[in-house]
Amino acid sequence: MTDVTLTTARQRPFDPPDELAELRKRGPIHRMTYADGHRGWLVTGYAAARAVLADPRFSNRPEHMHPPIPARLELSNELREHEFRLPPGFFLRMDAPEHTRYRRLLTGQFTVRRMKQLESRIEEITEACLDRMEAAGRPVDLVEHFALPIPSLVICELLGVPYDERGRFQDDSKVLFALDSRAEDVVGAMTRISAYLYGLVQRKRAEPADDLLSGLVAGGELNDEELTGVAFLLLVAGHETTANMLGLGTYALLANPGQLAALRDDSGLVDNAVEELLRYLTIIHIGPVRTALEDVEIEGTLIGRGEAVTLSLPVANRDPERFPDPDRLDVTRPAGGHLTFGHGIHQCLGQQLARTEMRVGYPALLRRFPDLRLAVSPEEVPMRSDMSIYGVHRLPVTW
Amino acid sequence: MKIKADTTVCIGAGMCVLTAPEVFDQSEDDGTVVLLQPSPPADQEAAARRAVGLCPSGALSVVP
Repeated sequence: MTDVTLTTARQRPFDPPDELAELRKRGPIHRMTYADGHRGWLVTGYAAARAVLADPRFSNRPEHMHPPIPARLELSNELREHEFRLPPGFFLRMDAPEHTRYRRLLTGQFTVRRMKQLESRIEEITEACLDRMEAAGRPVDLVEHFALPIPSLVICELLGVPYDERGRFQDDSKVLFALDSRAEDVVGAMTRISAYLYGLVQRKRAEPADDLLSGLVAGGELNDEELTGVAFLLLVAGHETTANMLGLGTYALLANPGQLAALRDDSGLVDNAVEELLRYLTIIHIGPVRTALEDVEIEGTLIGRGEAVTLSLPVANRDPERFPDPDRLDVTRPAGGHLTFGHGIHQCLGQQLARTEMRVGYPALLRRFPDLRLAVSPEEVPMRSDMSIYGVHRLPVTW
Repeated sequence: MKIKADTTVCIGAGMCVLTAPEVFDQSEDDGTVVLLQPSPPADQEAAARRAVGLCPSGALSVVP
């Protein structure tokens, strides 16, 4: 059998590429050729993806990495030439026990209880965004007025980043997530965001406030470079993820009016609807990628030491063995257990915050604009196939 | 049914609290799992079992 490659080109906006869905029908694990010629693996089955993510014999460290798609090849080569290093404290790309030390300092801040305590503040922020959206007059871009500002305001407030300084990192953040960004632009963007956050750490030390970053500074466990790396990760991850779920989730509901009506008319469905939208849309569409540190057998396939494994989460979350009739959006199905936040030690730190933002956001939007609809034809909605996190670039809506 | 929690591997994702809030809690300090009911009552067993299955770090197990 010939090796496969990871495609990102979709036939329909909400479904993973047909080639990948076809692969899953043939089996859970496939030989895959990486952009640098490396022969590794692609996982399309739910159980296999979960097994890899939970297994400490697979590493997430960047020095093992092979680029799964061509757009990342030039970038990874150039970053190597620049001897680029991730900031210390960027614990997403660490293994245990190094990773554990950083994560432990933060988990207490992101508990289910803490995030529920933020709910009323998130409601205020959401209503204020909806006020401005209504005042702007139809049609408006839902991303600009709703999907982006809500998580952005929330993470800025939580971390202690002044929202009116978002110009210092929001455009640079886009460069980091664009698949066609040049290496020098990525390095420039990372350097500028880091410099801004390093300065912010100094300001928090001089004038502590009641926010997460001030708390970490006062805790004294991390040096300024590590604090900068941690703040970088939280700020960027807190921005681009929920923003895309709010935008793409709204689009999916508009495209499935029966599901939209069910959620609008029954507030008891919201927790489940959020899980189902997370599963159905799986906005992490390239990777994660792991590397075997030793020979590991997964579902009868031997993954050799040093071989890369790419997990297609959108396809794994459509595995009919785990989710019956998987290609149907059904806000009433028990959708828990999806892999959208990952699995294993790197499972999303901010997932309870994201859930709260969505639990508040979708119903508030549908209450305010019960007749919300697309202001353009579906073909005109620009999809984020060119970004490492999937979603909509813009969503013109009217009411 | 008896549940065991290993706080040394827990990563504080909160899935257990979300799934079975009467059986699990999270520490205020580091977010790691706190077992409220190591032997959940019968009406909590199904939720507790689901929580064990969802745990991303493998910190939870059902003692046979």
